[in-house]
Amino acid sequence: MIPLSSYLTLAAILFAISIAGIFLNRKNIIVLLMCVELMLLAVNINFIAFSHFLGDLSGQVFVFFILTVAAAEAAIGLAILVVLFRSRSTINVNDLDTLKG
Amino acid sequence: MQNLYLAIPLASLFGAIIAGFFGKKIGRTGSHIVTIAGVATSFVLSMIAFNHIVFEGGEIFNQSVYTWMVSDGIRFEIGFLIDSLSVMMMCVVTGVSLMVHVYTIGYMHDDPGYQRFFSYISLFTFSMLMLVMSNNFMQLFFGWEAVGLVSYLLIGFWFKKDTAIFANMKAFLVNRVGDFGFILGIAAIVMYTGTLDYKEVFQQADQIAKLNISIFGDTEFALMTVICILLFIGAMGKSAQVPLHVWLPDSMEGPTPISALIHAATMVTAGIFMVARMSPLYELSETALSFVMIIGAITALFMGLIGIVQNDIKRVVAYSTLSQLGYMTVALGASAYSAAVFHLMTHAFFKALLFLAAGSVIMAMHHKQDMSEMGGLKKYIPWTYGTMLIGTLALIGFPGFSGFFSKDAIIEAVLHSEIFGSGFASFAVLAGVIITSFYSFRLYFLVFHGKERMDDHTKSHIHESPWVVTVPLVLLAIPSIFIGWFTIEPMLFGDFFKGVITVLPQHDVLAQIGENYHGQVGFVLHGFKGPAVWFALVGFVMAWYFYMKDPQAADKVKQKILPVYNLLINKYWFDNVYQKVFAEGSVSLGKGLWKAGDMGLIDGLIVNGSARVVAMCSAIVRKVQTGYLYHYAFAMIVGLIYLLTDFVLF
Repeated sequence: MIPLSSYLTLAAILFAISIAGIFLNRKNIIVLLMCVELMLLAVNINFIAFSHFLGDLSGQVFVFFILTVAAAEAAIGLAILVVLFRSRSTINVNDLDTLKG
Repeated sequence: MQNLYLAIPLASLFGAIIAGFFGKKIGRTGSHIVTIAGVATSFVLSMIAFNHIVFEGGEIFNQSVYTWMVSDGIRFEIGFLIDSLSVMMMCVVTGVSLMVHVYTIGYMHDDPGYQRFFSYISLFTFSMLMLVMSNNFMQLFFGWEAVGLVSYLLIGFWFKKDTAIFANMKAFLVNRVGDFGFILGIAAIVMYTGTLDYKEVFQQADQIAKLNISIFGDTEFALMTVICILLFIGAMGKSAQVPLHVWLPDSMEGPTPISALIHAATMVTAGIFMVARMSPLYELSETALSFVMIIGAITALFMGLIGIVQNDIKRVVAYSTLSQLGYMTVALGASAYSAAVFHLMTHAFFKALLFLAAGSVIMAMHHKQDMSEMGGLKKYIPWTYGTMLIGTLALIGFPGFSGFFSKDAIIEAVLHSEIFGSGFASFAVLAGVIITSFYSFRLYFLVFHGKERMDDHTKSHIHESPWVVTVPLVLLAIPSIFIGWFTIEPMLFGDFFKGVITVLPQHDVLAQIGENYHGQVGFVLHGFKGPAVWFALVGFVMAWYFYMKDPQAADKVKQKILPVYNLLINKYWFDNVYQKVFAEGSVSLGKGLWKAGDMGLIDGLIVNGSARVVAMCSAIVRKVQTGYLYHYAFAMIVGLIYLLTDFVLF
């Protein structure tokens, strides 16, 4: 039996990786999107682990919701990305600084 | 009678509105017909009112016809006070105005602003009627300002002419100075009596006379003196008394008919009328009377002197007007209110006549006004010549003419007066007689007699004016001769003004003269005993010598007394000083405030300064906004961690 702490550690590692991905990545905006997805998955693992160990199914129901939303989000994010590429001809994160004051 | 009284000013207003707003539609003929009809209606109705009040002994009408508002117990009303003083003024105003309307048809014949002009002069008639018919200070002030406004519009009638624009601005500003005093006077009256109505104010005059007022620090002034002098400052502006006289000569930039109507016969007499109307107040302050008398004496003497050196025909008449207004003011100061109003009436006729005749000369000369280019016009324009001679004789006080009666009465009154300043005033009015006679005949000789100095082109075009011009001249010449003869007895020594003009027994100089009064013939004969007639003769002889007998002599005298001549030709430097000190002073004050206050303080420090501070702060803050996604994400996560720690640990 794998203890709860292992699941939580895994989730924490995944989460840390995704955060590091967001910070360290300076090139590709797709990597950013992937990192966000990874973050959601880390949270999902937490949900499922707690759901299993506490014997409450509602955590797993939430996971389904999150997955659905994540899928929709990925679709929209990629669509935006395509439009962005069309107008700016780049997806380099360092070049996208229109918000700069 | 109320409807009749109401119709008098409204008829003129109606004409003004129609000609003003629908002038293009009804055309030139239409506008002069409608305005003349309006003023003629006013004139006829004024005559009916005159007949009702004076001959039928009708009741004095003193009622308000409309209440504008009531504020804190003070009623702002439009009302009429119709007594012998106002009906006389109404007849003079509408009568002269009617003549001027008719004359204008000829004078402004080719002017593109024909309809506008008729509209303005009718509007003026309305304003002046409102002024003289008023029974309260608010309406008086309304009329006062309205005539000032129309005067402004008319002086600048030829608004493309720079000098005219300068003159109307000057007239307006100088009048503002006077009006400031005037409204302070009204305010003082309202403050102490709580009413604007003449009658109620006069009833409280005795209480006012007992009060003192401290203006600067603890120095106390008699309230009545302060009120009267403040009101008189308004009169000084409107009636062009020294030192607020500077606008009147410049107002000659306007068309001649308005010089006759506004700047000679009617509007400038508003101040005289006002003081006469306020006689119950002025009688109670000898200081104010002395002030009035001295100002009037200065004006009468020194403004007449300037008339001697002027070469512009209209300006000579303008300075003569100033001098005559000074005479009226002196009479007011001597408590001879009836004599002042009497002179006002005769002066209105003969000065309007002189101005219109001068206008006729100007028309004959193709709008040249310089007398040094005239001469010998007698045979070309006989009607103008004859009427001008009548006007001149009336002005200098030729025995039997209207001016003689009024002027002699004033001189007699001043000689009898005993208040402070009457000695100087007596000298001024007597010396003024020589001067009046001198400049009047100088004008007369330079224009109508002597060598013909105009160029050949002008000479070949000289023509007598059309009948619309000569008929008003003749109609004005008739009262200029006769009106004094018929009215002196009731107006000065009878009870024409009984109950209207108040004179205290100790000031009543006219009653003293009245004791020796035995009919008009006696008055004329008495005149020969006094110095005035002989002084006028001296003036005439001097003018004849300098401008007929020996034309070079004038220049020689001029060379000898060059400093005096310079003083006169520069009008005692009043204009220059006002221009330098007040006009340029306020311009540079304005510029200083503009540069330092508006540009520097408000724009520079407050408006742009605060904007700069914001810009500086934001220049620092904007560095935070890098635009890189990961920086924002980092900030979010740091924030999240902070919140989490906060939540978990504490």
